[in-house]
Amino acid sequence: MTTTYAPVGGLGADEPRARFYDLVVAEWIKLRSLRSTWIAYGATALAVIAFNAGTAYDTYNYWPERSAADRADHVRAGIPLQEAFTANAAMVMMLALGALGAVAIIGEYSTGTIRTTFAAVPARRSVMAAKTVVVTAVTTVFGSIVAGASFGLTQAILDGRDAGISISYPGALRVVVASALLAPVCAVVGMAIGSLIRHTSATMIAAVAVILVLPLVFTEGRHWSAVAGHATLYQAWLRHVEVGSRQTDFPWTTGGAWTVYAVWALTAAVLAVTSAQRRDQ
Amino acid sequence: MIEVNELTKRYGGTTAVKDLTFTVRPGQVTGFLGPNGAGKSTTLRMILGLHEPTSGAVTVDGRSFRDRPRGLRHVGSLLDAHDVHGGRSAVAQLSALARSNRIPQRRVEEVLREVGLAEVARRRIGGFSLGMKQRLGIASALLGEPPVLLFDEPLNGLDPEGVKWVRDLFRRLAAEGRTVFVSSHLMSEMEHTADQLIVIGRGELIAAESITEFSARSARQSVTVGTPAAAALRDLLTAEGAAVDTAGDLLAVTGVTSVRIGEIAMEHRILLHHLSTRSASLEEAFMELTADSVQYLAGDPQ
Repeated sequence: MTTTYAPVGGLGADEPRARFYDLVVAEWIKLRSLRSTWIAYGATALAVIAFNAGTAYDTYNYWPERSAADRADHVRAGIPLQEAFTANAAMVMMLALGALGAVAIIGEYSTGTIRTTFAAVPARRSVMAAKTVVVTAVTTVFGSIVAGASFGLTQAILDGRDAGISISYPGALRVVVASALLAPVCAVVGMAIGSLIRHTSATMIAAVAVILVLPLVFTEGRHWSAVAGHATLYQAWLRHVEVGSRQTDFPWTTGGAWTVYAVWALTAAVLAVTSAQRRDQ
Repeated sequence: MIEVNELTKRYGGTTAVKDLTFTVRPGQVTGFLGPNGAGKSTTLRMILGLHEPTSGAVTVDGRSFRDRPRGLRHVGSLLDAHDVHGGRSAVAQLSALARSNRIPQRRVEEVLREVGLAEVARRRIGGFSLGMKQRLGIASALLGEPPVLLFDEPLNGLDPEGVKWVRDLFRRLAAEGRTVFVSSHLMSEMEHTADQLIVIGRGELIAAESITEFSARSARQSVTVGTPAAAALRDLLTAEGAAVDTAGDLLAVTGVTSVRIGEIAMEHRILLHHLSTRSASLEEAFMELTADSVQYLAGDPQ
């Protein structure tokens, strides 16, 4: 006896053409349906903005104790702009976003969801590309909000002492954009590390090493070390937020720093998209 | 139709599956049996393209599953009910799967109703019992109305009502002309569900046949005899070539039919109180068949 199968539930026998857009929406549903996503992004945003606002408030507090000349120097040296996004805040955001990017993929491996995902969509590179698109988009919005809010809030606080600057101040827009983009770049780097390592704790250690330890290890002492240091994300961000000219034996341009951002982002995206292709899941 | 052809999978030095060849046909429920560690899950993962075979090939409806851009309209599967994120709701989990395969959202509501999870659709999966997770996994498998369905140990954690429901569902899916492939390590689970059986042990094929043929293997009957002259009858039966175990007043006899035992007793004027035959169960046939290939044996005195 041969029985031929015919769909009975009304989906129809013709399969619609596969669209990448549907995978992007599916990944967005997955990300937004986790309460932990909102808590983690919300807490990170608050922490980063609080770090920046706190520094500005400190300046605001001690302002009356400064002499007139000291105040003028302070503004001329561009300190108000540096307080728009502090190094501490940048480091916190880099580590948190690296972890959040990693969790976007590690969450699937640690729960086994990855098998359900790839059994539903055997085109693994497409799934990973869709995930990368969603993570990049979400963290770009996140970075823009956090960097924008930090700038607005810190300058509003400093304005209380007539020491705030506007976004049209030379270099101000670069500080905001470079700080905003730090979020998606670190998230994609975290995702790439997560999809290569696939285990939670090892991924987190590797992410901290790449994001935090490398830029601290390579100092400006020697030429090779300075160049290696410039190739790290944190130092590229430092170059972007540098105000005025700095005493260094190995100067470099903001164009170079943008290139560092781009190379990290693209390399990480390629690794994230391709690493699942050949491995058993 | 699933065609497995000389499939071999090695992980480092361990061979999980070796030269496995079998075909799973549509319109029937096919049971996939083997003791723990026999290679069932590995085989299912290779069918789904999740694991790459070391050698050999497997096709689903003539194509390697991994060559398909989207899977749910071709193969529905439940590998492990725990392969979900506990933080999501059932409806979010299914919506993401449906959307990835361009399946309309109404199918999500339909399958949730079908598996009886409509009431808890918006609760976090983390709070689900194993049985509820199994139902959710079955719902995901049904989403795309696929012609081929794979289930790895789907009855684990289900209550008796759930077990009956799953059995009826499998029978119905097969009656609709679909290929239904269900793994289990318990024969009793398959006895009333499967039409065909694929039995493997230590990664190798032991049997691939209909359940009727399989039960014929267990035709070796045992006869229980009750008599006051147990010792005398035992000697007579042993002389006849039977194997006899004494258990109190009763003898358990194999190798001679009950008819012949009655005749022997009559010839020697031995009174019988009790004479009954008992067929070995499918479970026993399965155990016997896989005895050589059980990997993890408990309580075996050294």
